[in-house]
Order: sequence, then C-alpha cells, then structure tokens
Amino acid sequence: MAGRAQPVSAFPGSAAALLVAALILGTLGAVALRAEAGTGFGVSDWAALRFTLTQASLSALLSVGLAIPVARGLARRRFPGRTLLIALLGAPFILPVIVAILGLLAVFGRAGWLSQGLIFLGLEPVQIYGLHGVVLAHVFFNLPLATRLILQGWQEIPAERFRLAAQLDAGPLAMWRLLEGPMLRRVAPGALAVVFAICLSSFAVALTLGGGPRATTLELAIYQAFRFDFDLGRAALLSGLQLLLTGAAALVALRVSAGEGFGAGLDRAVQRWDGQGLLARGLDGFWIVLSAAFLLLPLAAIVLAGLPGLAALKGSVWQAAGNSILVAALSTVILLMLALPMAAAAAAGRSGIAELSGILGLAASPLVIGTGLFILIYPIADPFALALPVTALVNAVMALPFAMRILVPRAREVLGRYGRLSLSLDMQGWAFVRRVYLPRMRAQTGFAAGLAAALSMGDLGVVALFADPDFATLPLQIYRLMGAYRMEAAAGAALLLLMLSMGAFWILDRGGRWHAEA
Amino acid sequence: MLRLENCRIMNGDYAVEADLEIAPGACVAVIGPSGAGKSTLVEAVAGFLPVTRGRILWRGADLTRQAPGKRPVAMLFQDGNLFPHLTVAQNVALGLHANLRLSAAEWRQVEAALARVGLGGMGARKPAALSGGQQSRVALARVLVQGRDILLLDEPFAALGPALKAEMLDLVAELARESGATVLMVSHDPNDARRIADQVVLVAEGRAHEPQATAELLNNPPPALKAYLGSA
Repeated sequence: MAGRAQPVSAFPGSAAALLVAALILGTLGAVALRAEAGTGFGVSDWAALRFTLTQASLSALLSVGLAIPVARGLARRRFPGRTLLIALLGAPFILPVIVAILGLLAVFGRAGWLSQGLIFLGLEPVQIYGLHGVVLAHVFFNLPLATRLILQGWQEIPAERFRLAAQLDAGPLAMWRLLEGPMLRRVAPGALAVVFAICLSSFAVALTLGGGPRATTLELAIYQAFRFDFDLGRAALLSGLQLLLTGAAALVALRVSAGEGFGAGLDRAVQRWDGQGLLARGLDGFWIVLSAAFLLLPLAAIVLAGLPGLAALKGSVWQAAGNSILVAALSTVILLMLALPMAAAAAAGRSGIAELSGILGLAASPLVIGTGLFILIYPIADPFALALPVTALVNAVMALPFAMRILVPRAREVLGRYGRLSLSLDMQGWAFVRRVYLPRMRAQTGFAAGLAAALSMGDLGVVALFADPDFATLPLQIYRLMGAYRMEAAAGAALLLLMLSMGAFWILDRGGRWHAEA
Repeated sequence: MLRLENCRIMNGDYAVEADLEIAPGACVAVIGPSGAGKSTLVEAVAGFLPVTRGRILWRGADLTRQAPGKRPVAMLFQDGNLFPHLTVAQNVALGLHANLRLSAAEWRQVEAALARVGLGGMGARKPAALSGGQQSRVALARVLVQGRDILLLDEPFAALGPALKAEMLDLVAELARESGATVLMVSHDPNDARRIADQVVLVAEGRAHEPQATAELLNNPPPALKAYLGSA
C-alpha cells in the first residue's frame, strides 16, 4: 500500500526493529572481534559441526518421514477426539524442553517403562544417551510440527479434487499419482527444512541427552568453551560458524516453506471416498495410535512422576520458580514493546527493516547473542548480576519471529479496514494506537504474549551461560537436580514448570480473547 | 464551490482524470461502470489517493496537499464505518474529538445527534447489538457532529435491503439539506441517483465528466452510460 496515507507512524516500529538488528548484529560483531583467526578449528570443533549436521538431518528425515503417514491418517479419518489430538499437536511448541526430556527419560530411559518391559521379557534395557537420544527428543518435538505442516498440505487440496478422484474410481496408487504425490513434493521439502533449521540450534536437548566428544552440538560446544574453559576466542569462533549455519538454514526454510503450522482450521473435515479398505483403515489407525502414544506417554509420565515430588518441593525450587515467573513476565513485556510497533510498521508497508528484523531473529542463536552480550557487558559490569534481564531480553528476541507471524496479518487487516476511516476522523498517532490498534489487536496480542511467556518460562539456554550458582530459573534448577541424580525432586519441579508454562499461555491467550468483539 | 482543476488521480497503476466543478450544497451522484474509477474520484477528494497533476479547491482554498483529517470532508465507506469495540456514543464522539475527551456539552451534542437519527438512548450499546440499518444511522450521527462541508458516500448502504437503503438515502438528503453540506455519493444504481441527487457525475473510460442534471442525463444517456445502464 505504498503511497497511501496511514494513521500510524512507522517510526517507532522501525526504531524497535533497528534495536533488534543492533542487538543481533552487534553481539555477532562483538563475537567476531574476539574470534582469533589464528587458533583455527580443532578436532573437537569439527566433531561438533559433524554431529550438529548429522543429528539435524536424521531428526528432520525421521520427523517428516513419520509425519507423512500420521498426517495422512488424520486427514482421512474421523474419530472422537480427533480435534483434541490435532490441538495437542501444537502443545510441544510451548512445552519446556527439560520437562519433555524428563518425560522421555521416564518412558525410554534406562529405568523407564520401555526398558522395564524389555527386562521383563528377558531383553537388554535401552540406552537413551547419545545420538539416538538426541534424535528421539527432536522427533518428539518436531513430529507434531511436521504433522501439522503436512496436514495443512492435505487440507489445502480442494474438495473437488477428491470428488473427481472418487468419480474416476482412483485406487491408492492413482490417488498417490494424482493428489498426494504432488502435494507432498510441494510441502515435504519445506517441512524438512524447518525441522532441520530448528534442530541445528538445539542446546537443551544436547546438554541433557548428549554431551561428551561424540554427541556435542555447536551450541553446546559454545557453552562448554565459555563455561568450562572460559575461552572467549573459541566460543566466538564457534558462534560465527553456528550463525552461518543457522542463517543459511533459516533462509532455505523461509524460501521453501509456505505455511506456518500453527494456523487455525486444521480440524476442518473434508469428505473422502478413498481409503475405505480394511488395510488402509488399519494402517491409519496404527499410525494415529502410535503417534498419540509417543506424544502422550511422556507427558503422562511427567504427571505421574511429578505428583509425589510436588508436595516435597524445597525452597530453592520455589525461589527458582519465582525467578522464572519474573523472567517470563519481563520477557513478555519486552516482546510486546518490540513486536506491536514492528507489526504496525510492517503492516503500514513502510518499514522493510521491521520485516527484516523479524526474520533475522530466526537465524539468531540464543547462545551466540548471549556470548556477545557477555563480551560486551564484561568490561563494564558483572554479567552474572544481570542474568535475569539478559535472559528475558534474549528470550524476547527469540520469540519475536513467531510473534510477528501472529501479529502482522491482523495488523494489516486493522489498517486496511479502519485506516481510512481513522484518517478521515483525524485520528492518528497515539489516539489511533490507543483507540483502534491495540483494542483490535487484543486477541492476537494475547496469543503472542502467551507464546512468549511460555517459551521464556521453559527456556534453558542463555540462562545457563549467565547464571552463577546462587541464581537459577526453574528449568536450570531442574537440570541441576538431574545432575545431582535427585530425580524425584526434578520430576516434581518439572510438573510445576509444566503447569506454569501452560498456565501462563492459557491465561494470556484467554485474557486476550475475553470479551473481545470479532 | 468544490473544484477539481485539471486533476490526474493515481490509483495503483491506473489513473482517472477530472476537470469539473460542483456547486456548494449540491447532492451529486457519481455513477459509471465498475472499475471505471468512481471510488478513486471520491477517495482523491477525501485525500486518500495522490493527485499527481492539478489541484482540488474548496471555496478557493487548495486542499490538494492537506491530510485527510484536516479537510472539510466527512466520508462513509462501504463497510467498517464503526469500531466494534467502542460504544455507539463513543463512535459518534470520534467525530468531535478523535481522542474521545469530550466536555459535558459535547456529550450532550452526541446524544442529540443520536436522537436526530432516531437512536436516542442507545448510546451505551455496542454496534453488534444494533441492526444493519441502525449501524448506518450511527455513522450518520457521527457525520452530523463532524459538521463538515462535504460529505462523501462510497456506497455505505450497499449491504442493506432496498427499502432500508431508500430510507437511509432520504435521511442523508434530509441531514444535508439541514446543514447545507455538499454530498458526493458513489452508486452503481441509477435509482439512487434519481431518488436524491440533483446532478450526476459520470465516470467512464478513465475520465470524470462535468456534472449534469440527473433526470436529463439518465433519460437521455450518452453511449458510455447507455452501455452501462443496458436496455433497462
């Protein structure tokens, strides 16, 4: 809408976007200046790069490969609880990583349900640590995402095509050639790229299930160089490599991916005539039950394991929980102060920088920003004393791309529908923001704030870099309890974290929609 | 006198040319084939589209570079004329102060305007609680308190049934007569023009023509208008 007058200035949004760009690029610059070219890459660094690429590729292939039959089953079957199951597929997005890992350990760990079953049958227990554990956790998180992306592809096939195929009496092979194959060729590469990009910057999973020379990701290597060796030069060098990798992957993912995976309307029913045979029904049922069990069993395990521990939680856990709530609240406020003006500027179409900065956040790695901030803060203040605000800030920047995807389309709608009327009433600037923009954006603002609060509440990333032994957020405290083999206390704290994350999301999302006129 | 002096209006990649005068207090219908630029013409008067050549003058004052909210113009759009999250009274009050800080006297003015359009006592409701016709009346009450010299209508009643639309058009004509406002209304229905417009501006083939007396033009249409009206 270039050339058209708009009731809202692009200036605050552009300023916010510049701030974000400065933070991401400035910390990168700080890191780059510290990186000593002379040291070069050691054997372990190459191993970290290799492991990062291997686990991300495997995770992407497995997640998408398994998502195809699951999505197909969900697309063509109607059963009670289907809507709920599809809604649950969105839950891992805001599920704290450390909580999921405890759940996975309870099911797949050495003392977990699966191993106990195997021992009962006289077989060897399974081993979860290492490459397969990391991949397992990544599939747990990304199978639902990939399923949603591919399900969207299935839903986008027009109903007329299915009617036509039914009239042509198309069998499974013909269905594949006519409808499913072309759709998957369009959708699957995007899903692969998205999952690959997400797994590249995996930190918490690698921290808890990986480690050691043979299962260290780049993010983890940055953390170790920093935390154990205090080798800023090497941390910087690894950060540069990580940024190149995530930047390239994010670009590819943006290029090849169409949908966004948490759009509404995925539970819409399309009438189908194919796949009525017994075999097809059985296969669909098998995949749906398997994926539901894979998703639900670890969550059930957390609740079961956490309940006894919940009553016996110590003061240190409650204190960490208080810190987490503070971090999440601060992070949500920062996010909204950045994202709302940026969305307005992007929707007014006069701020390329606002859209660009939103995308930049996809490529940014929290550990790289954290390292850069540490290098910048170190000469002037005690970085450890600033753990709380720094964590909140980095979490806000990481949530920014998602918030922009939620806010910008609605902001476009609001400006398109009410922009001219507001202008003709001479309602501009703050009056427009207060009377029209913010009230009309309420539902989307609540959703974005809910995501940001939940993500921040459960984040175990930059806080591990900045926290001294006296300070912890709840995820970090759980990690420390796990390290001390106090699994019952860890499970109780994990259940508390789960309730806090989901609760924060629920309250903010509901609050946004409460009494909001359509 | 509203004067469009040798104007060229850009809307995306097509342009509408206009060189015409409209007498103060006139009620003028803008008709023509869809896509010919009827809305483009009124949006230029409102200040939403850039005029790349020529000037727009009202009583001799140049409006061409003025911001939309500073022009002596009130406008009603096809839809979205009310903010659903504000009450009826607040929606009207926007016409006095966009920041909604009104004196007691001004709130009484709002209530009087609502009473004038037949919605007395409904100020506390939200638009969703009103019928389509009542919502149109709220928008007209706002136009009333705005008290601008020029009223632009971009088919705001298109979604109403025929009887209700006629009722709203009559109300517009009545209010304009009382306040002496100049009305420019886009329409694709020649009956709207016959109902309340003294004059018609025909927009066709990228050009807005001089206004002509309604009955004369519609009873004796030039070829471009004839093609649009059809044999009926």
